[in-house]
Amino acid sequence: MNFQLPDLAPMMPELVMTALALVVLLADLLIRKKEVIALISMAGVAFVALTLFYAPAGATFGTMYISDGYSTFFKVIFFINVILSVLISIKYIAIERVNYGEYYSLILFSTIGMMIMASAGDLIVLYLGLELMALSTYVLAGFIRHDIKSNEAALKYFLLGAFSSAFLLYGISLVYGLTGTTDIKAIASFISEKGLADNLSLLLSVAFLVVAFGFKIAAAPFHMWAPDVYEGAPTSITAFMSVGPKAAGFAVLGRVFLVAFASAKVDWAVILIPVAILTMAVGNIVALSQTNIKRMLAYSSIAHAGYALLGIITANNDGLASMMNYLMIYAFMNIGAFAVIIMLRSEGFKGDNISDYEGLAKTHPLAAMLMLIFMFSLTGIPPTAGFIGKLYIFMSAINAGYTWLVVIAVIFSAISAYFYLRIVMYMYMKEPKTDVSLTTSFSNGVALAVTTVAVLVIGVLPASLLELAKAAISGF
Amino acid sequence: MEQVIMNQLSYPILSTVIFLPVLGAVLILLSRRSWEPSAKWIALGTSIATFFLSLPLFLNFDKSTHKMQFAERFSWIPEWNINYFLGVDGISVLFILLSTLTAILCVLISWESIKMKVKEFYISILLTTAFMIGVFCSLDFFLFYLFWEAMLIPMFLIIGVWGGPNRIYAAIKFFLYTLVGSVLMLVGIIVLYLYAGRTFDILELMTKNYPYTMQMWLFWAFFAAFAVKVPMWPVHTWLPDAHTEAPTAGSVILAAVLIKMGAYGFLRFSLPLFPEAAKAMTPVMLVLSVIGIIYGAVICLGQTDLKRLIAYSSVSHMGFVTLGIFALNSQGLEGGILQMLNHGIVTGALFLSVGIVYDRTHTRQIADYGGLASVMPVYAAFFMVFTLSAIGLPATNGFVGEFLILLGGFAANKLIGVLACTGIIIGAAYMLWLYQRVFFLEINNKIAGLPDMNVRETITLLPMLILVIWIGVYPNAFLSFMHASVQHLLDRVNSGGMQEASIAKTLMEVVR
Repeated sequence: MNFQLPDLAPMMPELVMTALALVVLLADLLIRKKEVIALISMAGVAFVALTLFYAPAGATFGTMYISDGYSTFFKVIFFINVILSVLISIKYIAIERVNYGEYYSLILFSTIGMMIMASAGDLIVLYLGLELMALSTYVLAGFIRHDIKSNEAALKYFLLGAFSSAFLLYGISLVYGLTGTTDIKAIASFISEKGLADNLSLLLSVAFLVVAFGFKIAAAPFHMWAPDVYEGAPTSITAFMSVGPKAAGFAVLGRVFLVAFASAKVDWAVILIPVAILTMAVGNIVALSQTNIKRMLAYSSIAHAGYALLGIITANNDGLASMMNYLMIYAFMNIGAFAVIIMLRSEGFKGDNISDYEGLAKTHPLAAMLMLIFMFSLTGIPPTAGFIGKLYIFMSAINAGYTWLVVIAVIFSAISAYFYLRIVMYMYMKEPKTDVSLTTSFSNGVALAVTTVAVLVIGVLPASLLELAKAAISGF
Repeated sequence: MEQVIMNQLSYPILSTVIFLPVLGAVLILLSRRSWEPSAKWIALGTSIATFFLSLPLFLNFDKSTHKMQFAERFSWIPEWNINYFLGVDGISVLFILLSTLTAILCVLISWESIKMKVKEFYISILLTTAFMIGVFCSLDFFLFYLFWEAMLIPMFLIIGVWGGPNRIYAAIKFFLYTLVGSVLMLVGIIVLYLYAGRTFDILELMTKNYPYTMQMWLFWAFFAAFAVKVPMWPVHTWLPDAHTEAPTAGSVILAAVLIKMGAYGFLRFSLPLFPEAAKAMTPVMLVLSVIGIIYGAVICLGQTDLKRLIAYSSVSHMGFVTLGIFALNSQGLEGGILQMLNHGIVTGALFLSVGIVYDRTHTRQIADYGGLASVMPVYAAFFMVFTLSAIGLPATNGFVGEFLILLGGFAANKLIGVLACTGIIIGAAYMLWLYQRVFFLEINNKIAGLPDMNVRETITLLPMLILVIWIGVYPNAFLSFMHASVQHLLDRVNSGGMQEASIAKTLMEVVR
């Protein structure tokens, strides 16, 4: 039998990343100062990002693995996510007394999973990537072993995550039973050739996949895990998983629904439109009554998934580009907000209640101003990046004829102003009650500077990002 | 682009007046916190510089044309065909001057009353000014919306941080009301953009004709944004709270410029973009205006709080403005625009005046005053002029505006005109009664021995006083700016409608 090694060049970034994660794992045994490991991880990711631009585009392992503009754009989001998350982690995990090297290798493994998801050309590969990502994040969520809430978060995340994986497998097996393949492109041509678009079992498998992916992106009604997990997990990990796994979920959602089920759009649009509306409603309305800022941002992250879903529902290149653009912007503004939140955590002070922000503008004006920028960006007020993200999504959705859906979205977006403003109000319009001392560090400062500049620059000069997203989607 | 006259001056005047305050804000941000007076001096310096740099708009304005002048245009986001496109015509030019003037007065009136978070306060004032000017001279919808929304952030802070006891409620109410209206307009803007072949260029959008049903939907989408800002009855309820709770400077900005943006929106966008819908909706708008006029005036009679009274009088006065605009004839429109200016001057001046006594007494209750005329005679004289102007006495600016509006109103609909007149009568009643209760009667113990206005305060009120008399005696100095633009606007509204009608007629014939 003639065995030929597949072309490994297109998956160079993943290979280097895997090597990096292993090196970090080993380095942990030798290096006592964990900050060095963080530094190695970041430098390594920067190197991987370089290989990303030198690795040739194309499919390998048959067509199981695809490297194209779409996957590259998502990988850039993952790299930004991992670097910013590591930056805000360094001091924080020391305060939480969980300063172990495995933390960084787990973050890297999780990112490899996301990268594989973005590049998956086959449902089985997709599942592999998803599990790698998910298993690493389950551990990370429970990383603060001595904190009961962190344990609860991990367990809850794991149980519900396993449940959703089962849905995914069930959906995949139904598709396989129907089409005889798990290859995404082959499924697409099989469905359109045989005219299976209104086949009942296809509809069923679509529904199962919506459940599985909906869980990953925290879309209602599969969002139940998010608030508890976001609250319990280490804050840096909350930031990490509010961006990374969500973006990865959208990556596979886009590829599976817009490629494999392209001809069955009526089927999944019928499911996704109510899901999007419900997601925006639940996210924005429940966020109004939160008292814990991490929980509030959990609901906010649910709501943002709802907006981004409009990009999928639009179901054309414009919609996908707007969704990708949105996720990129979301990465900056959300991690930026978490970078402020994480500063409030100091020895013996948890600092995750909204009331802890009272009078922050008086005691720490700079931190308050940055938080103000991120809150207005999350609301979508110009001249911040959040506005550009929403505008693009709305424009492409209206162009595809979903004006009514956009009207709903903007109303919810206006409602969201209330809970974001509430943070601003606490910071600026109340007097400080408790003496909050901020934990500042150089690395966290870098993360804040990067995110702030990104949010403001993209808000005023979005042209190059828009071009990038459009170019990334051109070969889709 | 035959609709535009590019900027001929030696400096980009519109960009300068927008970004000079932003620069001032950045300077304040970078200044040392330990020496807080630097903030107000920087603010005063930049606002005065901005005002003087904006004067060529007044002096070099070509009154013979309706075209956009002092225009600047650069490609900004080519991906979406967005341009950085500024320009002014006879409708917008005066508001820019009003904004730059108001900025100076706001800094002056806050000189001693703002004691905490001084830096942030002047940053907010300067940013609000910059964004407001931006709104008035944007000729690209994206740019317009950017300024329109961005302005909410500093204004929200001004009300919420430095306001009265109930400030947080007022600030959030202000923000949410305006935001809900604005986002609906955003949807409308996107629909326009896509329909017109992906352009945000306002002048280009105005040359196109839109289907009637689409005009109708978009008219209401834009109405949501503008009516809240004006504010028209019944979406006015944020205004009394915001006005009352805001610090003096905040009330002045709100009254003088911010709420003009709603009426300006009707003039700039709703009428020329959706002429058919605007005409069809005229009765509704006139009725809403008259309700606003009378309702606002009647509520004023029952107020016990100085600022709240003036706030409700704003609802009434802005009712006149929208009445003039939707009378859709040249007297009404010119009167409406002039009255926007007048209301900015007079109500701004009244809020400044209230701020002056509030700084001394820290009470806004009318009952706490009385006999102020003998305690602060100079102040009383100033206040008298502003009161008379608010009533619309001849030889003050209020008279000219209201007279023109009523002229236009009668031409549009007699009943509406008559009803609007009752608003003036009630207006005279509540303003004079207010004056009597505050300035005459026995001297209230609480205010005995208050010092009269100092030089700073007098300087603050003086420009407004001059404007009141100037416009009152020689209105043509200002009306002459508007003629060409208003005529052009009317042509657009009427011709647009005629074309639509003829299309409808042909359609009917085809159907038959």
